[in-house]
Amino acid sequence: MAIPQLLVHDRKDTVGVVVIEGLKKGTDMLCVVTHDNSSFKLKSKMDVPIGHKVALTDIKKGDTIWKYGQDIGVAKAKIGKGEHVHVHNVKTKRW
Amino acid sequence: MAKQKKNGKAVSKKNTDLKFFGWRRDNGRVGVRNHVIILPLDDLSNAACEAVANNIKGTMALPHAYGRLQFGEDLDLHFRTLIGTGANPNVAAVVVIGIEDSWTKRVVDGIAKTGKPVTGFGIEGHGDIATIAKAAHVAKQYVQMASELRREECGIADLWVSTKCGESDTTTGLASCPTVGNMYDKLIPCGITGVFGETSEITGAEHLAKARAINKKVGDKWMKTWQAYEDEVIQAHKTNDLSDSQPTKGNIAGGLTTIEEKALGNLEKIGRECRYIDVLKPAEAPRKGKGLYYMDTSSAAAECVTLMAAAGYAVHTFPTGQGNVIGNPIVPVIKISGNPKTIRTMGEHIDLDVSGILRRDMTIPQAGDALIEMVVRTANGRLTAAEALGHREYVMTKLYRSA
Repeated sequence: MAIPQLLVHDRKDTVGVVVIEGLKKGTDMLCVVTHDNSSFKLKSKMDVPIGHKVALTDIKKGDTIWKYGQDIGVAKAKIGKGEHVHVHNVKTKRW
Repeated sequence: MAKQKKNGKAVSKKNTDLKFFGWRRDNGRVGVRNHVIILPLDDLSNAACEAVANNIKGTMALPHAYGRLQFGEDLDLHFRTLIGTGANPNVAAVVVIGIEDSWTKRVVDGIAKTGKPVTGFGIEGHGDIATIAKAAHVAKQYVQMASELRREECGIADLWVSTKCGESDTTTGLASCPTVGNMYDKLIPCGITGVFGETSEITGAEHLAKARAINKKVGDKWMKTWQAYEDEVIQAHKTNDLSDSQPTKGNIAGGLTTIEEKALGNLEKIGRECRYIDVLKPAEAPRKGKGLYYMDTSSAAAECVTLMAAAGYAVHTFPTGQGNVIGNPIVPVIKISGNPKTIRTMGEHIDLDVSGILRRDMTIPQAGDALIEMVVRTANGRLTAAEALGHREYVMTKLYRSA
């Protein structure tokens, strides 16, 4: 299998993790779901650092963010498919 | 290799038959190091302990910051940590030095229950110099005695392996934490004793952690422990939403956004199959036999590893994403990382590179096997990166202000 640019834990997830250094805007990313080894393609809309997340779908303000098939927080702004997801647009629901 | 089920479930005879060479102590526990330690009862005794360790080659002082005017549960934890450190099977013999005799004796008596050589010295009435001289004579005898003890072949079930991750990022949840989880899924059924902890850092995954208890009673005990930390530590003292502490700045730089996301990655360390059989207080030794335990700890690396070492664990597995450099004076800390940038920029700290998981040229079961091999090599004497680099972070957990 080719080296993926993005890994996704679970099919339910709305974000994936960039796993290469220096990912550039406009990359047609190979995305692999680790749970079942399925794959899909997604275009990155931004330069995103390794380890950071990319939205797999359009996300509305107030939407729950899903990773590991679990709730990891809430969108505090609208996030477009292929955009960077992090502390600037997602917040914990816990403390 | 024998049959292996999906998710790398441990049914491999190869793992059951694993051996390592360690030192079997009088109480039956097996150590993988043979340290003679000079243990201060309190902050005031650090200087004398360091002087003894400087004079007597092959001994090691364990300076720390506390031990005066503590009381109640906080004092109990202080003694439990000191006694547990001395009692750890990686320690062959102990010299304890305290400012006065009474509490010094309490630590000595606690360690002596293991049957290993231990002697205490009080400084008051003698001064540092006379104490150092007396303690150095004993330390010299101990280190020469320890140098003649021999490793013997032991079954893998004699090994106690702890885990705690640090400077996590999204790669720890993808690669290094599941590697530890796969190791536990394979070795817990072979009879090793394991432990995980980091109470506040399960926040967001507490429903999953509770469900991994062996039965409802243990699950309820776990949830009570988690809720107490949330109520008595986090909510009682927080001044903001903790977004600068949990996740840490390093976590955020590595791409982790919320505590929930961090917690879900953290919990990957217990794999898919194994269940914890009891919930331990900080530094409390397991009492329910072989298996996986949970320990109520902070998520600060040195505090947590110190507590697990004091409970008797002999090898520590430490997944890191951004590159936490921690070690422990008496327990080898094996660093596992899947972050290729960290491997490239600070590879001298990493014992096992599992970045192949991110490239999809290494599976989690393969990474688990590689970790098992590294655990055995480390148990046999291979110095970890942290040992070679001199990392000896020994940090007491303090529950509240002293009297």
